Amino acid sequence: MKNTIALTINRMQLAMRNRLFLVFSLIMPLIFFFLFLGLFARTSRAALLPAFGQVIGLTVMGNFWGLSVQLVTFREQGILRRFRLAPIGATSMLISSIIANYILTLPTLIIEFILAIAVFHMHSFGNLFGVFILATLGVISFASLGLIIASVTNTMQETQIINQIIWLGFLFLSGATLPLAMLPNFIQTTALFLPATYLVNGLQRTLAQSIGLSALFPAVLSLIGTTLIAFTVSVKLFRWDQSEKATRTAKIWAVSAIIPFLLLGAYEAWHGQLKNDARSVYSYMDRESPQRESPR
Amino acid sequence: MPTPIIEVQNLAKNYGAVEALRGISFSVQEGEVFGLLGPNGAGKTTTIEILEGLRRPDSGLVSVCGLVPDESGNAFKQLIGAVLQSTSLPDKIRVREAVELFSSFYERRRSVDDLMKRFGLVEKSNAYYSEISGGQKQRLALAMALVNEPRVIFLDEPTAGLDPQVRREIYDIIEELKREKKTILVTTHYIEEAERLCDRVAIVDNGRLIASGTPRELKHNSADTTRIEVRLARPDDVEVLKGLESVADCRAFDGYYVVHSSRAPRTIVALVKHLEATGNELVGMEIATPSLEDVFIELTGRRLRD
Repeated sequence: MKNTIALTINRMQLAMRNRLFLVFSLIMPLIFFFLFLGLFARTSRAALLPAFGQVIGLTVMGNFWGLSVQLVTFREQGILRRFRLAPIGATSMLISSIIANYILTLPTLIIEFILAIAVFHMHSFGNLFGVFILATLGVISFASLGLIIASVTNTMQETQIINQIIWLGFLFLSGATLPLAMLPNFIQTTALFLPATYLVNGLQRTLAQSIGLSALFPAVLSLIGTTLIAFTVSVKLFRWDQSEKATRTAKIWAVSAIIPFLLLGAYEAWHGQLKNDARSVYSYMDRESPQRESPR
Repeated sequence: MPTPIIEVQNLAKNYGAVEALRGISFSVQEGEVFGLLGPNGAGKTTTIEILEGLRRPDSGLVSVCGLVPDESGNAFKQLIGAVLQSTSLPDKIRVREAVELFSSFYERRRSVDDLMKRFGLVEKSNAYYSEISGGQKQRLALAMALVNEPRVIFLDEPTAGLDPQVRREIYDIIEELKREKKTILVTTHYIEEAERLCDRVAIVDNGRLIASGTPRELKHNSADTTRIEVRLARPDDVEVLKGLESVADCRAFDGYYVVHSSRAPRTIVALVKHLEATGNELVGMEIATPSLEDVFIELTGRRLRD
């Protein structure tokens, strides 16, 4: 525990000194914030809350990207080898990086809420506790998915390619940028197998429709399941040394992290509830605001 | 004789088809500075990394402080300190932060202030790792290796790539540790480092340990000869030089010859006569007792840095 705390503080210090980290963790989310909310505020104020859900979703999902890149960089540069000589384990190394990312994401989320109130005059945020729980679970699960990528890639180039492919899926197929209900049916079906879809949809509905977490139980359970599997597999596959290469068996282990969302996706494809939920959010967004007004 | 603090028996390690270690055995007593001397690729780093628990041997027995390094986890790591062949830390970690962070991992700790003073890092306390020089990085690596008052210190090529002045600074630090009776295992391909710092040296080549003993013993056993280095105006035939009086061995290097003689005065007279007879000239001559380099050449037929 003592080691995990020391490593967490160190990770946070290093992140705060990294300009790129500030760009990706603060500036990029704020660009999305003003882009999305500015765009939707012009059409309907009712669309602001679901759009805010998308913004929070993107902020949270950004944790997928950062951790894998940092871990692979540390491994490539031989930094992890030095840590390996000390009495600390892979669990401490990985938990500390997730906690540090979580703590560093909170200020961005708080700034987004403050700006939503100050700039877009949003005063009600639906089920705020539900939003907090989903954001927390989202950071932890997407960071864990990032760790899985780091554990099966051997070079930074490989990491970046895989990250970009998955990230594009999260970005454009999940409803995080374009509302899911707007997308063709086959893409909607594909989206049912992505954790990002459940995160964004859950955030939109807790914000706009004030639904409780019990209504999102399968998604919450899948996020927890993915986190647990991804973290356990990441610890098992953790490599301190660049000379140790990821094996084929390791890659098969890594795929197990998506099992909860494969099961949930199959269930949703058969049951079809999430698509209906996405349509209800979209119709909410499309609703004509009684007092259409521009943001001040 | 007390139980050795480091014991290695028939250590073997392959990387694919490459045999990095082919059955190395040695032991180190507590308080001893033991050197593994050999050229690049001899197997020194593989050996030390197995002893540090960073690599698993294919076969053989290894014991450090009575523990098997790669099986004893954190209990083992609490007892050792190590400087890797190349230590890397995050660019944006500050010097003092790095020492404090690594110190926080151990149950037994030295004062960070003392370490900063001892390694001359106080002025660089707030500097980022990316801003300090190679010598300062190596001093930081040494400070980090000592944060837990280790029973055994592993130093893998601690002065490689450093300029002579910084190298001497590192020698001073290691000599201070030696005076404190710390057990140190150091790998090096610098002869002067092994001769100056080590109580005992093992010469490693091609994954095999080919000789071991104190530097004095090794040199003494080296045919009990005098080393004569000669530079000639024109190249000569090594076989002819080998045939001169009292010559035990002769090898040609880039522009000079190293002759090992059991009776130096007689060899020199014979050499001068030979040069006169062949119309060649003596451009320069140095006479010395054999160095560890000569021992290495005698054993392997190659120079350490070939």
